[in-house]
Amino acid sequence: MRWLALIVLLTPGLGWAGEAKLLAGDPAAEARLKHLAVELRCLVCQNQTLADSNAPLAEDLRREVREMIAKNMSDEEIIDFLVQRYGDFVLYRPPWKATTTLLWVGPFLLLGAGAAALVVALRRRAQRQPVEMPVTDEERRRVEQLLSQRRTGS
Amino acid sequence: MIPEVGHYALILALCVAVVQGSLPIYGAAVGHSTFMSVAKPAARTQFLLVLIAFSCLGYAFAEMDFSVLYVAANANSKLPLHYRLAAIWGAHEGSLLLWTFILTVWMFAVTLFSAHLPETMRARILGVMGLVSMGFLLFMLTVSNPFERLIPAALDGRDLNPLLQDPGMVMHPPMLYMGYVGFSVAFAFAIAALLGGNLDAAWARWSRPWTTVAWCFLTVGIALGSGWAYYELGWGGWWFWDPVENASFMPWLAGTALIHSLAVTDKRGGFKVWTVLLAIMAFSLSLLGTFLVRSGVLTSVHAFATDPKRGLFILAFLAVVIGGSLLLYAWRAPRVGLGGGFELVSRESMLLANNVLLIVAMGSVLLGTLYPLFLDALGFGKISVGPPYFDTVFVPLMTPAIFLMGIGPIAQWKKASLPNLAMQLRWAFAASVVTALLLPLVLGKWTPLLSLGLLLALWIVTTTVVSVRERVSHLVGNSLVSCLAALPRAYWGMVLAHCGIAIFIVGVTMVKGFEVEKDLQMNVGDTATIGGYTFRFDGAQEVKGPNYLAARGSFSVTRNGQEVTVMYPEKRFYAVQNQSMTEAAIDSGLFRDLYVSLGEPLEGGAWSVRLYHKPFVDWIWGGCLTMALGGLLAVSDRRYRLAWRRERREEPVAPSPLKTSVA
Amino acid sequence: MKRFLLPLAIFVVLVGFLAAGLTLNPREVPSPLVGKPAPAFSLPQLHDQEKTFSPADMTGQVWLLNVWASWCGGCKEEHPVLMRMAQAGDVPIYGMDYKDRREEALSWLRRYGNPYPLTAVDEAGRIGIDYGVYGVPETYVIDKQGVIRFKQIGPLDDEIVTKKILPLVKELQGK
Repeated sequence: MRWLALIVLLTPGLGWAGEAKLLAGDPAAEARLKHLAVELRCLVCQNQTLADSNAPLAEDLRREVREMIAKNMSDEEIIDFLVQRYGDFVLYRPPWKATTTLLWVGPFLLLGAGAAALVVALRRRAQRQPVEMPVTDEERRRVEQLLSQRRTGS
Repeated sequence: MIPEVGHYALILALCVAVVQGSLPIYGAAVGHSTFMSVAKPAARTQFLLVLIAFSCLGYAFAEMDFSVLYVAANANSKLPLHYRLAAIWGAHEGSLLLWTFILTVWMFAVTLFSAHLPETMRARILGVMGLVSMGFLLFMLTVSNPFERLIPAALDGRDLNPLLQDPGMVMHPPMLYMGYVGFSVAFAFAIAALLGGNLDAAWARWSRPWTTVAWCFLTVGIALGSGWAYYELGWGGWWFWDPVENASFMPWLAGTALIHSLAVTDKRGGFKVWTVLLAIMAFSLSLLGTFLVRSGVLTSVHAFATDPKRGLFILAFLAVVIGGSLLLYAWRAPRVGLGGGFELVSRESMLLANNVLLIVAMGSVLLGTLYPLFLDALGFGKISVGPPYFDTVFVPLMTPAIFLMGIGPIAQWKKASLPNLAMQLRWAFAASVVTALLLPLVLGKWTPLLSLGLLLALWIVTTTVVSVRERVSHLVGNSLVSCLAALPRAYWGMVLAHCGIAIFIVGVTMVKGFEVEKDLQMNVGDTATIGGYTFRFDGAQEVKGPNYLAARGSFSVTRNGQEVTVMYPEKRFYAVQNQSMTEAAIDSGLFRDLYVSLGEPLEGGAWSVRLYHKPFVDWIWGGCLTMALGGLLAVSDRRYRLAWRRERREEPVAPSPLKTSVA
Repeated sequence: MKRFLLPLAIFVVLVGFLAAGLTLNPREVPSPLVGKPAPAFSLPQLHDQEKTFSPADMTGQVWLLNVWASWCGGCKEEHPVLMRMAQAGDVPIYGMDYKDRREEALSWLRRYGNPYPLTAVDEAGRIGIDYGVYGVPETYVIDKQGVIRFKQIGPLDDEIVTKKILPLVKELQGK
């Protein structure tokens, strides 16, 4: 552990060491930012949220959102602000619109269709009656022939 | 010279693939024994040739041959050897070669373990696999050649993407591909059965172990990818519903449905047509995944560099393979009879319901992944579909499936009684509900999702106990232990796999419910406490790596005054690619992970730091591994071992449809 | 019989969409501002810092707003095209220097030529956000009433200029 002490000694600016301060000035505001930023898309990244991206545009947008939070704008207003400028692309939670109805309803439609298909298949299976197939004379003769062969061991 | 050998080996492999894909299938159709017997040596030759090609590329990487374009683009003289070798699959061309190589590995395995199959079936299976490999070899030789030369040779390479310079890179793609590509065997079995018209319980029995092993690999591959993202990307996330992640998850969902469906076809001869369709679906989703990752139609951190020609080729290949198999299905499936009947309430119907839920879930993931593409193609503008959508949709679909998981193993085949089942499970249900409601309160926080997650996990465990008791009660034995040991491995495999899911659910629920994150600015000597652990920042020093320069921070962690560990997160700068990367420090424990990530340097030697306390997060991957182990255990069941032994002695085994089994 | 063709039918539809997808660019974000009034701003000019520039100054004219920066590679690519357009004089092109340093922007224009009657400076990138800028270069065609009629994402080339921009400009100038 001696080298640790060395680093501590060599590191400049060692003042009063105490409880680390939160990076954000206002924890409540940061919490709101986080809550919003995880559902917003970084437009210049390969599929990352605004919260996780280090891209310059992402930092600019986070700064904008912080300012809007400071102005006490509601979540809806902040999202509207961004959508007005960048379109629905910026939202990771697709909005409810005519064009996205199929998206949101789709899984439950699929479930309904699957359940319906299941019930139909099971009913159809249950309704199948065994078919009555009488043995013809020809077949009976053949059976006798085979059995007699068996008995004689040929 | 060596790269040319590799290139030539691929060309030869293509010729062999053409032969393998045509003669045996034709031979099986007309009963020509010689043509059918071409399949086995052809498959083995292909394996050898692709192995040579793969080794040549590996050699080029090991010897840092920068006259090969692919090597120059993905390696560097300062890149350590193990990463140079992993760079073989670091980009598009090489990973295709890996795909093809693993396909030939599976082909080879089929030639080893198929003596008990009728010759026509084996010929068809290898023939179909030959057709698939033909497509991939053709793809490589036309627009994705890994052996293309760079003249004049580069002085040094562009280096592997720093994010990929990691042990995860060594393990994740091969495991994943073993899974993806392994479904081609199940697919080949299905096509062979459709071609031959003999879709019976025996077919399912032969197909099962292959499918289960592929599924195990895929489970491990996905878990590795998730774990790698967790510690590599520096923000503690482990699943983003990214298109490429979904591309591997969809075959997994279909594969899970398939292994359950095969169980029914094997034991009861039912679901034959549905099982065949699932087998086609699982592999089709693997191929679709290959398309999505390489074509550029979707944006993803995982996507390979794209080129419209490549996308078009894969799409055409997809259309031919999947379209062809679905056409064959439409033609032949109606002729397949129904299997054993069963009632509305029975184990069969519950497995069928489980299948429906899994496939609906898969369909929803597919819908969400492709929806932006649909809208854009129709001119309705661009949207994004991300985790909020998938999380909202997936959980309600999976909840009933997990509920069924508890009831299915206890229900009887053919006909079960709902009142009886309710009777048997009433204590399990009560215990699960009560504990799930109370436990979060004890732990300090109650939300509905938290309770739901715990309920599902507890339900699985309690119903498993009921199931084991039920089984053991039928056996007459000396002691409990001997009774438990008498239960077949296939049963224990199922128990283990289902418990794996319970473990996974606990992990996800607890992490999402209880994780704590703090963004701090820390001067040297500052402390911070989360989750009962106190972190003290002891400064950062400069460290030199083989191909990077890093600032390494040092954090001492104590709990209740007792020293726990020292953690060293790094901020690395890779000079060649001009990219910086965060290497988080993680202290893993059975019940929690401590996670420290360096942000930016501030004035006076201070740093912005992110600290996490993540309870039970390793249970997520522990659960996945347990699932895979369960699968392996099931495959080691006596039935398959006996079949394997019989094969070694080369006694023909006729499929016996009257054979019943306990499990 | 028909229900066995269902999987194939679904697949054919899927392939159709995937094929269409190959022609699209998933990373391009079309602007919702087309058809809406150009957002107002008042930014200092690059060459004469005392003066400001605002879209209101341009009402009654059809004009182009070209967002660029000295650190941007695509801007270098499209610059000859802009120079040619400026020479032809069909439509004035006003520049907006985005998140750049004044000295570097000035020397960049000295080096490659200045097609703009004037350039506004958006140092913080705030106005860029108002215009939905997410990468440079981007170019807007704005009509006499100050409404955005077209946005080009990425570098301009001769084809886009002759096929899309100039015809649109002529149409708008006629109104």
